[in-house]
Amino acid sequence: MSTRTEQDLSQLLRQFLLPATLVVVAGLLVVDLFRRLVTGAVGTATLATFLWDGVVFGMAIGLAGIGLAMTYSILKFANFAHGDYITFGAFAGWMVTFVVAGLGDFSLDLLVLVSGELSVADIGINVLATPLAIVLGLVVAAAATAALALVVDRIVFKPMRDADGISLLIASVGVALALRHVLLLVFQGSSRTLTTDVASVSVSVGDGAVAFGAHEVTLVVLAAVLMIGTHALLQYTKLGTAMRAMADNEDLARVTGIPTERVVRTAWLLGGALTGAAGFLIALESGTMNTSFGWELLLVIFSAVILGGIGSVYGAIAGGLIIGVASRLSLIWLPSELILAGAFGVMIVALLVKPQGLLGGVKTV
Amino acid sequence: MSEPTETPATRLLAWLTDGDLRLLSVLTVSLFVLVWVLSFFSGIREPGRILSQIQGVAFIAVLYVMLALSLNLQWGYTGLLNLGVAGFMAIGVYTMALLSMPTSAAVPGLGLPLWIGIPGGVLVASLFGALVALPAIRLQADYLAIVTLAFSEIVRLVIRSQEAASFTIAGTRLGTGGTDSLALPTSPVKVLLYEDPSQPAAIAAASPTPLGDILFTAGEQIGASPAVMESLVYTVFLLVIAVAFFWLVSRIANSPFGRVLKAIREDELVASSLGKDTRLFKIKVFALGSGMMGLVSILWFLERGSVTPATFVPDLTFFVFVALILGGSGSNMGGVIGSLVFVVLLLESPRFIRRIIRESFDPPAPPETIFDALSGVDPLLGYFTSQESISALRFILLGIILVYLMQQRPDGLLGHRTEVASNVDLADRQQTEEES
Repeated sequence: MSTRTEQDLSQLLRQFLLPATLVVVAGLLVVDLFRRLVTGAVGTATLATFLWDGVVFGMAIGLAGIGLAMTYSILKFANFAHGDYITFGAFAGWMVTFVVAGLGDFSLDLLVLVSGELSVADIGINVLATPLAIVLGLVVAAAATAALALVVDRIVFKPMRDADGISLLIASVGVALALRHVLLLVFQGSSRTLTTDVASVSVSVGDGAVAFGAHEVTLVVLAAVLMIGTHALLQYTKLGTAMRAMADNEDLARVTGIPTERVVRTAWLLGGALTGAAGFLIALESGTMNTSFGWELLLVIFSAVILGGIGSVYGAIAGGLIIGVASRLSLIWLPSELILAGAFGVMIVALLVKPQGLLGGVKTV
Repeated sequence: MSEPTETPATRLLAWLTDGDLRLLSVLTVSLFVLVWVLSFFSGIREPGRILSQIQGVAFIAVLYVMLALSLNLQWGYTGLLNLGVAGFMAIGVYTMALLSMPTSAAVPGLGLPLWIGIPGGVLVASLFGALVALPAIRLQADYLAIVTLAFSEIVRLVIRSQEAASFTIAGTRLGTGGTDSLALPTSPVKVLLYEDPSQPAAIAAASPTPLGDILFTAGEQIGASPAVMESLVYTVFLLVIAVAFFWLVSRIANSPFGRVLKAIREDELVASSLGKDTRLFKIKVFALGSGMMGLVSILWFLERGSVTPATFVPDLTFFVFVALILGGSGSNMGGVIGSLVFVVLLLESPRFIRRIIRESFDPPAPPETIFDALSGVDPLLGYFTSQESISALRFILLGIILVYLMQQRPDGLLGHRTEVASNVDLADRQQTEEES
């Protein structure tokens, strides 16, 4: 009897009170934003800059999240090594970019190690000055990370296909620790600068201007192209259909004659390539990297993927954009140190209200 | 699987695993003999300094034993994957600091005595445990893992932020010290040993209490400084608390409450079908375990005298997991044994081995890059025995061990360990039923 009442209460809390509170809080924030805009405490240009930064960050997180969502939907476990795949991709790609851009003028050793001792101004890498080096780096980042994902799957996850999601999760924590510290051992810990300043297009907005940097635009455009490509692959190819089928029901997929092991390999291949590309582009946009930046992004990516409904590729993209824009907009209210804490908070609240995610329930990979 | 042939080795193993206590004592003795041997070969030969090394390792080992026991309640018994261990530890120790730091300190607290500060820290840690468990109740285990990890990062980021570094509530200035190291109240052991405990150890040692005097004189005989003796007393004090932890967790495991926890781990649906409100059980056990983690962290850093937020990165949580999984989660003795093995072999021995290599081969200063290191044996040795490289190698080894354990020995090194879920012998009860 009492349990019944309790259940009703928690039902009420979950389905009505919490969402209602959220709506009220969101409403208050919007009102406050308008007040700040009207009083001039926040300029329209500042707001537009926050929005653009949010879109850039969101596209990066969304792209990085696709691989995580893909392997989650097919293998049914949260891959904690995903962040370090991002780092790996970035290092593999930037190694090539540095070698292509600086060969002949600088010591090969330092170029291969993307060493912080190299003077960035002298190599002068940016997307306008050395487009070939950047493109080659991007391709290698994708290829190398896809290869890494396949190798790790073969060694670590394949022998555990029958294990439960938790054992796989813990094993992936092991992979994450080992991979990150192998990178640390080889490349060493110092943060390195990668690119020189690059031209940007200024668009005047209200009381100021928003600058669209070439690297930011590159990231957004390439991420969008890769996302559309992934969408086409999933929707219009036989392989994509097989992947979606397996995400929906593995047993059913198997009895229909879908080679499940091949689908798993494809998921790693595709997810790995997208992850590596994301790592390369994130480093390009921020202009710096170190051996732990992917790990530090992992929780943000998880937040995005969970917000969109873990296991849904489209959800990952949508979640990434929401987290990206929300985290940058939150700068209006929060000090920059606490943005990440805010993003994680959003994820926890989202789980409370809608554990299946925004696009959850529909498992279309 | 074929029957193993009987050799002296297997017979010895059978004898050792016959009783848990016997295994534990033999293992502890051999691990600490190993520490002794390692410190001897790394050039630490005086009894006083060896005692100091053994004390240092034992201190960390006892802490991990307690952490593993707390985690065993949540993960081992109930199957709640808590990746926020570091967060609850941070909450415990920082709450204690906020409550008990003197109001006159550089980063002031409320100035309350420790007997309020310590329970306060534990209480707040367990309250947050309950709070985090709330959304987690209905979630799958992997969501819980992500939520708890995110929670622990939120805690760490908030503690190190400028806003928390120093703030004022109702006219009282408080703070966490931000990214800097935060001084903590004087440890109770210092109060026990020194007349003037708030002074630095070197000055305070000049005026010991009668008890301190006895211990310090004894220490002098083997060349152990008062600081070593003080830490030794602290470690013994921790050991007593660890035994209490073990007793508590074992009591819980064998109580009706503990049986429900195990039922939740095995099949939550069945447990709730039997009329158990599994959500309430989960919240309770999460709060209890988190409070215990808070206590461990308070005790840990009271001895150290200060604390920084950088300690509470997720790696700390993973360490505790490796310790528990090594011995076999779900078993308290497994947790204890796993922690001892983890701390001695994985956490502490690398720095001895590094010293031994450096002492015996005298490698050159670490080369700048790994390519320079590959130019010969000596530079290679120099590169891999640098402080950073040893730490990285340790993490790589940990990662490989985690993967190996999950693949080959998911039940831990000792293999599957069954714990009787009932506190009365079932065979016994059957007999009684027959008689009546």
